[in-house]
Amino acid sequence: MTPALHLFLIVSAALFCIGLLAALSRRHAIFILIGIEMMLAAANLNFIAFWRFGPQPQPPTGVMVAIFSIAIAAAEAAVGLALVIAVYRHYRTTNVDQLNRLKG
Amino acid sequence: MNSVAFILIAILTLAAALAAASLPKLIHAALSFAVTFVGVAAFFFLLGAEFVGLVQVFVYIGAVAVLIVFTILLTRRDVGKNRGFNWGGVAIAIAVFGGLIWAILKTQPLSIAAPPIEALTVKRIGEVLMTSYVWPLQCVGLVLTAALIGALILVMNEER
Amino acid sequence: MTAWTVNNVWLIPAAPLAASFVILSLANSRRKSAAALAVIGQVAALTLSIFAFATTLQAPGYRAFHNFTWFTFGENALRIGWVLDPLAAAMLVMIALVGLCIFIFSIGYMAEDKDFTRFFAYLSFFSAAMLGVVIANSLLLLFVCWELVGLASYLLIGFWIHKPSAAAAAKKAFITTRIGDMGFFLGILWLYSGSGTLLFYDNGRGCLESAGLLALGASATFVALLIFCGAVGKSGQFPLHVWLPDAMEGPTPVSALIHAATMVAAGVFLVARVYPLFSFGAIDGVTPSLTVVVSIGVITALMASLIALAQFDIKRILAYSTVSQLGLMMVSLGVGGVAAGMMHLIAHGFFKALLFLGAGSVIHGTHHEHDIRKMGGLRSLMPVTFLTFAIGMMNLSGVPFFFSGGWTKEEILHATARWPTSRLPHYLMFAGVVLTALYMTRQMIYVFFGNRRPASEQLHSYLNGETPHFGVALLIQPILFVSLAFVAAGIGLGFVVYRHAGLQDRHRAAETDPFESAQPILFRFLGNKMWLDELYANTVIAFSKLAARISDWMDRNVWDGLVRALGGLGQLLGIFTTNFDERGINTGVDETTAGTRGLGRVMSGWHSGQIQTYLGAVAVGMLALLILYAWLT
Repeated sequence: MTPALHLFLIVSAALFCIGLLAALSRRHAIFILIGIEMMLAAANLNFIAFWRFGPQPQPPTGVMVAIFSIAIAAAEAAVGLALVIAVYRHYRTTNVDQLNRLKG
Repeated sequence: MNSVAFILIAILTLAAALAAASLPKLIHAALSFAVTFVGVAAFFFLLGAEFVGLVQVFVYIGAVAVLIVFTILLTRRDVGKNRGFNWGGVAIAIAVFGGLIWAILKTQPLSIAAPPIEALTVKRIGEVLMTSYVWPLQCVGLVLTAALIGALILVMNEER
Repeated sequence: MTAWTVNNVWLIPAAPLAASFVILSLANSRRKSAAALAVIGQVAALTLSIFAFATTLQAPGYRAFHNFTWFTFGENALRIGWVLDPLAAAMLVMIALVGLCIFIFSIGYMAEDKDFTRFFAYLSFFSAAMLGVVIANSLLLLFVCWELVGLASYLLIGFWIHKPSAAAAAKKAFITTRIGDMGFFLGILWLYSGSGTLLFYDNGRGCLESAGLLALGASATFVALLIFCGAVGKSGQFPLHVWLPDAMEGPTPVSALIHAATMVAAGVFLVARVYPLFSFGAIDGVTPSLTVVVSIGVITALMASLIALAQFDIKRILAYSTVSQLGLMMVSLGVGGVAAGMMHLIAHGFFKALLFLGAGSVIHGTHHEHDIRKMGGLRSLMPVTFLTFAIGMMNLSGVPFFFSGGWTKEEILHATARWPTSRLPHYLMFAGVVLTALYMTRQMIYVFFGNRRPASEQLHSYLNGETPHFGVALLIQPILFVSLAFVAAGIGLGFVVYRHAGLQDRHRAAETDPFESAQPILFRFLGNKMWLDELYANTVIAFSKLAARISDWMDRNVWDGLVRALGGLGQLLGIFTTNFDERGINTGVDETTAGTRGLGRVMSGWHSGQIQTYLGAVAVGMLALLILYAWLT
């Protein structure tokens, strides 16, 4: 039998919060990116789960959103990692604590 | 598709995710990250979205994880110095988790059991993608192209 | 075909407008394409104008219009449209044709300018706006195009913006005409509140048709006078004429196109267009508003032609001549000779453009020399320019039979002679015509005859070279008289002027007679002048020069002073306002900014520059929303 929707949502919430933790707590810029990717994956999981447990038949909207989301996450990862490299070249660090040029 | 598989996958995914978030060595974290995404892909299979699961594997493990490893290698000289850990972030994350769990448990579910569905074939996805979603598809293509060019420009040597 | 033409009159201004926008988007180096586009746009406008003109020839008094709703506000719908009648059609052809000639002239004249493409964009834009003025069937649309014309004029006078004098002249032109336009705008508002429509012709409901005029009633006079303010500004009538001579700072093709042939004629056209407003309630063809038009026209015409006598800048002479001719047209409109005035307007558009282009050619040839005293003897050096300039000059002087200027001036003088109120304008206009021939001949002689003068001999050659030729100038006048007599006898039939045939000619003879007999002194005086010796001539010249100096002085000091005094008043008001601003408002604003700055300092402290802190704040915010939701449900 299939586990209930709640369980999927709880897992996805946990994944989201672990991603948030990574993005908030780690100093390294790449960890922030990893955390953001995890949060996106959690959101995708929600989309798919809601599609699966929604009334049937229906157009595969959730699946489509997940596919587009993955594509955009890939673009985001590419640009984010390029930014990390550019920042590293410029400041010789990837520690986000030291990247505070925008301090007011 | 049963509860046992679900529990196994959930444990694997969340453990790997926690490892990715907390392992001190970056390269280990990146590998755990890849495992996390295998788990997420397994969830997709479990939910009947095989195509999305496959895409997840291809994109994240095939491309993003590799990119992350490359970036780690390119910025390696810096890796050892970033051991700091911010406990405030942990507190916020746990609080958010609590809030989400509360919201999920409070909500009445649409249906307890998953309704039976016809298999979502790649052909169906292709049809939908080329009809109802053709404009978003074009836009995503544009975004990907722009991201490609932008990433290239960002990492080009500044002197040239 | 006819219906198509009427429905698509808007294409006439649209063609140059499109050309203008395309040229503006071109790179600065695409000179050939810019010129080609401008010329193509203008040719298209000309072709369509000719079609439109042919359409109006179908029947006498042909008039077709096309109205549509622009937008609706509340209960009222604002309607605009275009109209095609002989007045508009003749102006269309004139503007398009003169414009085309000047566009082509500019290709050569501006060939070395680095802003060549911009120049053509502006020219096309001007052409579009001017054509729009002509076809407008709504006072509002006319006003919009009118202001666009003013903008184009500003841009073109100040085209050589690096010259401070050009920038100042552009500003002066813009602001001076704006004073008139203020009145114009008030007139529009009054007209709208009075008649409830701004359409000229609307199947009997337009503001120029009986219903609209009756709704206006007695206020038509004031509306007409307010609208006339706009015409005064644009057409360089006294006392707002001061900008026009300064406008000669622009490139010469601009002077030719805008400040001689077309734009300044817009004022005269406007009066002709809203003529029913002026003539509403006329007794014997005289209304208060028309009398004002006549007075202003007479003052302008005389004053400007006197000033022209004392000028030495080749373009300024032509500028003042333009002012005086515009005054003449105003007089003609004012006394009821609308057709004569418009004919003179159109003829003037052509020959004044010709004169300006000739002057441009001279200036170009003498390496940007404007002072006619330093010219001379150019007849042999620039024979073609000489010939064309002479044709233009003879037109302007009103040489009869072969030149349109002669016919139109005769017609205007004829119209003034029939004005029931007073004969004064007639005599004064007659003097104006004489003066015109005088200063034009003076200019011709300075520029084209005599030897090439070295600077030391300037005065000498001026005295020697000038006087005999003034005889030539005056020779023309008797010929003009003879032509008037001949015309009165009925010769020259078949010209458009002479629509009245047969019986009416006898009328004319009767009317022309008293005018000759009424001024035998002037007649003999002018006739004798041919045989006068140098001394006599010098006194006359000295006198007119004195008068010219006085007028010039008046122009520079009194009228300019008046304008300055008004400006000073404005400045005074400004000082008061500034003080209020400084003491009252600024303090309040200062307090506010100090508070804002303090708050900003506090808040900028929160900006740690740490993205993780920001992300955490977002998460906390989401949590807060969740708690708020839980608390509310």
